[in-house]
Amino acid sequence: DMSLAKQSTDYFVTLYTKQPSADGFGNNNANDGRVLSASPGSSSSTGSNKQTAAVTPEDQQTLLAVLQFLKKNKLSESVEILRREAGLPENSLDPKANESAGAGSGGAAGIVDLEGGDASSLLSRVTGSSSAGAQAPTKGTVQSGCSAVAEDQPDVSVVLSAYSQQGDPTLYKVYYRDLKKFIETVLDCHRAELSQVFYPLFVHMYLELVYNNHESEAKAFFEKFSGDQECYYEEDLRILSGLTKKEHMRGNETLLDFRTSKFVLRISRDSYQLLKRHLQERQNNQIWNIIQEHLYIDIFDGMPRSKSQIDAMSGSLAGEAKREANKTKVYYGLLKEPEIELPLDDEDEEAENEEGKPKKKKPKKDSVGSKSKKQDPNAPSQNRIPLPELKDSDKLDKIMYMKEATKRIRLGPDNLPSVCFYTFLNAYQGLTAVDLTDDSSLIAGGFADSTVRVWSVTPKKLRKVKSAADLNLIDKESDDVLERIMDEKTASESKIMYGHSGPVYGISFSPDRNYLLSSSEDGTVRLWSLLTFTCLVAYKGHNYPVWDTQFSPYGYYFVSGGHDRVARLWATDHYQPLRIFSGHLADITCTRFHPNSNYVATGSSDRTIRLWDVLSGNCVRIFTGHKGPIHSLAFSPNGKFLASGATDGRVLLWDIGHGLMVGELKGHTDTIYSLRFSRDGEILASGSMDNTVRLWDAMKAFDDLETDDFTAATGHIHLQDNSQELLLGTYTTKSTPVIHLHFTRRNLLLAAGAFNP
Amino acid sequence: EISSHSRFDPCHLNGSHDGILCFSSKCDLDFVCVSTRGYIYRPVCFLVSAMAEERRQKHCSVVLPTESMKAMAESVGVGQLQEDSCVALSEEVSYRIKEIAQDALKFMHHGKRRKLTTSDIDNALKLKNVEPLYGFQSQEFIPFRFASGGGRELHFYEEKEVDLSDIINTPLPRVPLDVSLKAHWLSIEGMQPAIPENPPPATKEQQKAESTEPLKVVKPGQEEEGTIQGKSQGTTTPDGKGKEKGLIRLKPRSTHELSVEQQLYYKEITEACVGSCEAKRAEALQSIATDPGLYQMLPRFSTFISEGVRVNVVQNNLALLIYLMRMVKALMDNPTLYLEKYLHELIPAVVTCIVSKQLCLRPDVDNHWALRDFAARLMAQSCKTFSTTTNNIQSRITKTFTKSWLDDKTQWTTRYGCIAGLAELGSDVIKTLIIPRLAVEGARIKAVMEGPVVSNIDKIGAEHVQSLLLKHCASVIAKLRPQPDNVDQYRTDYGYLGPMLCSHVMKARTQAALQAQQVNRTTLTITQPRPTLSVSQSGLSGSSGPRTPSIIKVPSSLTLMSPRPGTPSQPSPPATKYIVMATSAGAASTQQVILFFTTTPGNLSSQSASPVTSTVPSATSTLQPLVKLESGSGAGLTASRPLQKYIVVSLPSSASSSLETKSSVLPTSISSSSLDGGMKLERSESPGASTQSPH
Repeated sequence: DMSLAKQSTDYFVTLYTKQPSADGFGNNNANDGRVLSASPGSSSSTGSNKQTAAVTPEDQQTLLAVLQFLKKNKLSESVEILRREAGLPENSLDPKANESAGAGSGGAAGIVDLEGGDASSLLSRVTGSSSAGAQAPTKGTVQSGCSAVAEDQPDVSVVLSAYSQQGDPTLYKVYYRDLKKFIETVLDCHRAELSQVFYPLFVHMYLELVYNNHESEAKAFFEKFSGDQECYYEEDLRILSGLTKKEHMRGNETLLDFRTSKFVLRISRDSYQLLKRHLQERQNNQIWNIIQEHLYIDIFDGMPRSKSQIDAMSGSLAGEAKREANKTKVYYGLLKEPEIELPLDDEDEEAENEEGKPKKKKPKKDSVGSKSKKQDPNAPSQNRIPLPELKDSDKLDKIMYMKEATKRIRLGPDNLPSVCFYTFLNAYQGLTAVDLTDDSSLIAGGFADSTVRVWSVTPKKLRKVKSAADLNLIDKESDDVLERIMDEKTASESKIMYGHSGPVYGISFSPDRNYLLSSSEDGTVRLWSLLTFTCLVAYKGHNYPVWDTQFSPYGYYFVSGGHDRVARLWATDHYQPLRIFSGHLADITCTRFHPNSNYVATGSSDRTIRLWDVLSGNCVRIFTGHKGPIHSLAFSPNGKFLASGATDGRVLLWDIGHGLMVGELKGHTDTIYSLRFSRDGEILASGSMDNTVRLWDAMKAFDDLETDDFTAATGHIHLQDNSQELLLGTYTTKSTPVIHLHFTRRNLLLAAGAFNP
Repeated sequence: EISSHSRFDPCHLNGSHDGILCFSSKCDLDFVCVSTRGYIYRPVCFLVSAMAEERRQKHCSVVLPTESMKAMAESVGVGQLQEDSCVALSEEVSYRIKEIAQDALKFMHHGKRRKLTTSDIDNALKLKNVEPLYGFQSQEFIPFRFASGGGRELHFYEEKEVDLSDIINTPLPRVPLDVSLKAHWLSIEGMQPAIPENPPPATKEQQKAESTEPLKVVKPGQEEEGTIQGKSQGTTTPDGKGKEKGLIRLKPRSTHELSVEQQLYYKEITEACVGSCEAKRAEALQSIATDPGLYQMLPRFSTFISEGVRVNVVQNNLALLIYLMRMVKALMDNPTLYLEKYLHELIPAVVTCIVSKQLCLRPDVDNHWALRDFAARLMAQSCKTFSTTTNNIQSRITKTFTKSWLDDKTQWTTRYGCIAGLAELGSDVIKTLIIPRLAVEGARIKAVMEGPVVSNIDKIGAEHVQSLLLKHCASVIAKLRPQPDNVDQYRTDYGYLGPMLCSHVMKARTQAALQAQQVNRTTLTITQPRPTLSVSQSGLSGSSGPRTPSIIKVPSSLTLMSPRPGTPSQPSPPATKYIVMATSAGAASTQQVILFFTTTPGNLSSQSASPVTSTVPSATSTLQPLVKLESGSGAGLTASRPLQKYIVVSLPSSASSSLETKSSVLPTSISSSSLDGGMKLERSESPGASTQSPH
């Protein structure tokens, strides 16, 4: 039973989490979030009357359920650990939780540290040339749950039992209407803020009705008030509308997500007091209880937010991000490039500077003191995570890159890139993923028929390495040995690679062009050699479809994410993941490495984007604001910004350092499947299902930023609607959705998609 | 097939290899297990459409009708299902199916499609740990059939029993085309080139707006959207500049300056259209009918046709007139052209071909009647598409035809043309204008046919007019007159033509009855279209086996197809040599290169090769482009066409680049074989050209 596997994985995530927090239990069915009754933040700012004592028995119940489950699956070791851990929460929970909240870990991440050792030490061992003892003892038990037989699921019932307390079902309508009336009559400035409460309340009240078998009341309640909800919740409401019976609630993941994670609202203190007073006056315990138990209200001092400010940030499955979640320092700067001797030294330096910091005074200074380039204060230390050493071929490639960079076209509003479109013909709707190498010499396609195909787009054909017997005959001392090992007879323009047993949804070339990664519906990520065109490794871990995968910009590491809601960080020479990033409440739809390789961004169907620290495994940023599943992400070349595109047809821009939304680009009418910044970060290109490529003025979008202290402190944003000014061009294809974009090293834009007759 | 299960897991659809679904129910049987192989898709289809409906009617939960449950139960032999078990079942099934459909949508999104396929549902079932249903691999749609009878409606999936020997004996279907990659310029320095791969630059609406609102000042911003072609084709006409400055033009200029490439294209196309080689003509006409970028050349073509008709009518050159009319047809077929502006030239030309007294040198032998018919159809078509209340084309044309028809001195040829022109306009025109004159016309025909022989030509003309009238009038009369058809009655009504008309009408009636019968019969079985392979096969014959994907490399320099026809007077053209220097009229950094597109199998738009001009960006603005058309003798293909033509684009090598000059032969086998002459194509790239490539 695969759902069990997921749960058991989550248990482990929980067990090994050093700092348990409410988010960490996001998709842990066993813990309904109240295990940590005083979850971070809720006690810190609200000062609300949390009834810690009342919940304790249920905590124990949950723990017992977990222990029971583990025992059943003969995971005695884990049982031990949990027992030991179980002592902790009761004793030291409150202070610890508060501390962690203060530290702002946001703590959504579970680190799976396989040996329980120091995370960084593991990483360094991993990169150690010998990689000798790095063999983690087979805690394959993480996945062993998948073979476990489906038994009763006490955990599920525990989760749901929270709904058992109930009031009079007929009064629900009255309560809700009452609150609605109240909110409609409050001052305008508070109304928008308080209206945020409607949706989570509505859902929880509906679920309570359903859980307690008041089917007809539930239906009536739904019909009466579902129309009032914000339009961007329509998808969720549709799922909800299908759910009419208690039996349906079990095993419904969306529901469990909603139940187990607290819906986060940001409300100003004044508005909150208003609401609280009203509810207390009316003795409206039903609603008060829901607010206490299922919502997390992040209270801030200051002016209440306007409707547009709220709308910009809301829309995700679990409300907005807590402010604490985005407080951790992120080292978004770029790593220093290794110094490589170059014939055209000066020019290249200059080109590089332009790339790194296209803005303001810096370039001048740097180009003067060319050699001793200072480390970017925002950059992580060079060895924060161990990176593979450069090989000779990598150095050659770097030189090529720099040479190309000197010929790069400076783009801008008056100098738009040319777009070359690669159309896949006769794909019969089967093209699911595309990637191009950094030097634009190879293009790979993943197809619904499980194949992976690679084409050469230069006159240089694809060749395999000769067979072992033939290789023996080669003179290994000769200068052109690399050329000699190739088998001329196998030269062709394209190669097909078979291995997957389901549609290939993600594909990524390694930076050195020797490998190709592909992720598939069959739950595996495969590593292919582009020298032999065979599969080298199948990384198993995700038991469900893997929607996306990507190589680190420095190679060696890669990240994958899929339907099981966790992203995994792998190293090519390990068959087990090094990190598991857990916290999303729904499928992870896209994954992307930060240019400095220290962070990973994931987009999800829960309509949030999370940024994870590769070193610690922690979630360091949560971005909310999209109204649909996110399908594309792109980091700006200077590492400061992130762009994301979703099914809602909008591109949102984020400042990573401040953890803020800084722009919204409206124009597309369908899912955005591809985003890419030009090499110097001046232009953002977006490709969509609506058959268009659009170019946006990224420079302008980021330059106009007002990141003054006030906005940064409160997390408020005020977006101007300037999409039309920023849109530099729209190019329509005949009938080809644009699913991949790529800027060549000289800033020519390549786009790809399958013709859809 | 009912079985009770000892255990029931309500969390999942429990699946066995046969797609068995378990549902909890409140009826006596604790668990009903319905084998529903083949049924799951039906509810899914139903629910998907129901969910679309839901979007409109605000989330009221849609549930399968209980009749559905009954029907499914019956189909597996469960006769008596209680009503409340049906209700319970349908609710449960609806919920589970909705879940599956929602998961399936996920797969659709990740598959980057807009259409939900059966494989999405299979994958969604797999997520739920349910064995997918095998055997439903239809990519495009699910061939459900519909039947009704006895007040019940049924959608069903038809599973035919297949005779193995049939399968063995039928020849193998063609291997589907392999995936291939094709590159084209979507945009060049911010401008979208007008090539067949891109959507038409100026939509008809824009062309119309331009022609109907000539005084409108176009702002620079708008220009990017609408009138790209002016720039992208490298012609910065005074026109365009005027627009940019926002000056009000008093009178729009009807012609545009054409770039050298466009002029070349124009020359090639017009020569092919009136040349002697039919294959080339077909290519050229195809190009006219499909290319999206011809808008600028339209005035030239229009003038070419009208002048051509004027000259060739005088010279009685029937063949050329036919060719010109085919050009008119091709222009009308091109969906991207807004012809209204040029009707004043085209309509007189067409009408001339309908009614001219003499169209050929030997009217007694040559079949100029066909030309008249063809032109009449063109006329009718343009009436249909272009006639409005303001231009009144149809009524003006009708008047013209009627007037000369009524004239006693009108010759038979013109008479024929008038009648044909009128008859093509439709049955209403026949009814009101032609049928009342049947008696008079009959008398005239009789005079020629039975009177003293005046001239052979008159007699032939009368014969043709007679058969034309019979052909067009019979079907109309068949609808007008009640049966029975009486010969005498016809004689009194229509005079000389009456008896013949009568027999034609009867024939028409029987034919109509036959057709009606066939129609009735087909309505008995309602069939849905089978999936058709929307694969356009290449013109290559005898190519079997998997075709290899062909990549046309980045369209950096050019691809080429050049149908240069020999003129009729010169069956084998001499070895001509063009050297065309592109004028750098546009921005200095823009080079003008001819893009000739050969087609690969399954091409975006057209089967034919179609040359289009465009510009290509170059990194270095100093390079002078050189487009050279060469023709020299190549390997002789056929005796009649010994010449092969090379078109070479060469650019002077730049010192800064160290790349070697490459010369590669593009895969032109397809285009060259479809061209009768067999063009060979060579592309030579100098480093200058290669800088334009994306890598």
